[in-house]
Amino acid sequence: MAKQSYVSLGERVILGIDHLLATVLSSSPYRWSSGVLRRFGLRGRTLVIAVPWVWLLCFFLVPFIIVLKISFAETRWLGTPPYSPLFEWIDAQFLQVRFNLGNYFFLARDSLYINAFLSSLKVASVSTIFCLLIGYPMAYAIARADTKWRNVLLLLVILPFWTSFLLRVYAWMGLLGNNGLINQVLMAVGILEEGQPLVMLNTDFAMYVGIVYSYLPFMILPLYSNLEKHDLTLLEAAVDLGCKPFKAFLSITLPLSMSGVIAGSMLVFIPAVGEFVIPRLLGGTDSLMIGRVLWDEYFLNRNWPVASAVAIALLIVLVIPIMVFQRFQMQEAGASARR
Amino acid sequence: MAAREERKAPWLDATAAPYIRIEDVSKKFGDFVAVNDVSLSIYKGEIFCLLGGSGCGKTTLLRMLAGFETPTEGRIFIDGVDMSGVPPYERPVNMMFQSYALFPHMTVEQNVAFGLKQEGLPRAEIATRVADMLAIVKLQEFAKRKPHQLSGGQRQRVALARSLVKRPKVLLLDEPLGALDKKLREHTQFELVNIQERLGVTFIVVTHDQEEAMTLASRIGVMNQGRIVQVGTPHDIYEFPNTRFVAEFIGNVNMFEGVILEDEPDHVLIESRELGGRIYVGHGVSTAPDAIVWTAVRPEKMVLTREPPDEANNRASGVIKEIAYMGDMSIYLVQLDSGKVVRITQPNVIRHAEDRFTWDERVWISWHESAGVVVTE
Repeated sequence: MAKQSYVSLGERVILGIDHLLATVLSSSPYRWSSGVLRRFGLRGRTLVIAVPWVWLLCFFLVPFIIVLKISFAETRWLGTPPYSPLFEWIDAQFLQVRFNLGNYFFLARDSLYINAFLSSLKVASVSTIFCLLIGYPMAYAIARADTKWRNVLLLLVILPFWTSFLLRVYAWMGLLGNNGLINQVLMAVGILEEGQPLVMLNTDFAMYVGIVYSYLPFMILPLYSNLEKHDLTLLEAAVDLGCKPFKAFLSITLPLSMSGVIAGSMLVFIPAVGEFVIPRLLGGTDSLMIGRVLWDEYFLNRNWPVASAVAIALLIVLVIPIMVFQRFQMQEAGASARR
Repeated sequence: MAAREERKAPWLDATAAPYIRIEDVSKKFGDFVAVNDVSLSIYKGEIFCLLGGSGCGKTTLLRMLAGFETPTEGRIFIDGVDMSGVPPYERPVNMMFQSYALFPHMTVEQNVAFGLKQEGLPRAEIATRVADMLAIVKLQEFAKRKPHQLSGGQRQRVALARSLVKRPKVLLLDEPLGALDKKLREHTQFELVNIQERLGVTFIVVTHDQEEAMTLASRIGVMNQGRIVQVGTPHDIYEFPNTRFVAEFIGNVNMFEGVILEDEPDHVLIESRELGGRIYVGHGVSTAPDAIVWTAVRPEKMVLTREPPDEANNRASGVIKEIAYMGDMSIYLVQLDSGKVVRITQPNVIRHAEDRFTWDERVWISWHESAGVVVTE
């Protein structure tokens, strides 16, 4: 009698959940459906994982294989389909596989492509660094802001996404143009002389402004989600041990936010390498970006095999940093496994 | 432990100068008064425990000592130096955080060395001091591990080592054993006292766990609603609580409300309706006659019998409602005829007691005249 009263409320709740679970698991519809699926070697977990797998298969792997196949085609006909086949039956007996690496050799020989690659990497790197320099303080400020302000501030970061990307780039054309808002204001104030506008549009400057502006949220969001989780008592501990606040930031916050820095940098760097709209609209006519070369190759030169080879080469160049990032994340995951 | 008790208690020595002086310190957060006009003197080499429930202001007081919070009023002196305006990184004080706050990206060694590096000490000295400290907390073979590769107890020791390696004048400990399981706690408590005695650092411990406070502390300051209610040795606090709050907060206690009949220098006689009889207490209380007072009697100081005790005072009859067998002792809840339920603990001295008390049995409770303590507020 006395002992029974010691069963706590928590234990009772757990008993209740156990009972509910047992009821569901033993109900006939559940047992029937899971039994049928198991006969095909499918369990609930497999099904859940299968959805993204099928998605990636249909919309990533299959198109990739098509592009890969086109990149091996010969360009002796026109650069558009039909292409020289990759596999061919000779006398209905032998399967002939023709790998034409000519397109890749062409890329390596023509300095246009290599220069475009290098300049794309440069533009992407510089943009990433600027995004980081602007995004880190913003993410830090949001993460340390009062809880009631945080969501509002985050919303402001995400807000530009509600407008079309193209519209926003066009808006920058309106701002940066010779008769644009910035020049008009500067002239009205008297900093610039009338009729001598500051040439900003169609320069590298405008291109960088456009890229940094467009990709900044992709830097801020992962940084914020990292910084927001930081245990602030770590900073107190550092200060308590005789470390001045800024040094505590450098030796505690910064290293602990490295995974956020890398995630944000990847999210900016990778699309920025292939960026072609912003350089085209805001950048100078001489700006050479691999995305632009790719576009021209597909739609102006209509040389799909070479264009495909460019696409594959770009992919390979980008896969390397992604793999480095993955490895870094695995190490991080190991380090934070205790949480 | 014995060494600690043999030492002359500095708080009884009128000539001893306090090492830490907290003078009329208050801390307000908006309208909320977290710490309300606290004054305390803590002596060198003490383990002083601030004990209280959550929200009593004990942690705020500790954080003011560390420099993370600034007092709204009052001043804090450490070793004679006024700490107002001294930032935490310049105070001769280190803190062991409740969550330990170990740096997850650094090894045990780097964690312990962190504070010394800030002082700009030569590399060799840092290395020897870190090694010595790790030896004291018995973590030498874990020097290269990261915090997440350690158990809770090991992490606690890293945190201790990290805060002690700078040789602070005062070590502040925020719930130092809170995250450990019961077995490990007991072990660590004694280890903590050992290390403190060896290094002679003054400890200020914040805890909500009265058992922890009792075993660690040289003196305890009980806090309630931002104020210090009572300061004293664990023995003082347990045996001579000065208020109902202290009596009820520390350990278990039975409280009997009553009216004073006789108030003599050597004894007090109280009429208690809750007890259903009179209470005789063998010490004097200075209150107005007819004042309402409470008599606190600890469960282990009560006696359970079947026959009525000879003494007419300090007794009542009732029925056993609950029995909890704890192994070393049993807890009995006895409902008195007045309706009040009294808690009594009796040691289980005999293994096969033939006539144990059982449920619904009619019994008498009683206690000696020296067992009760009268509190007035």
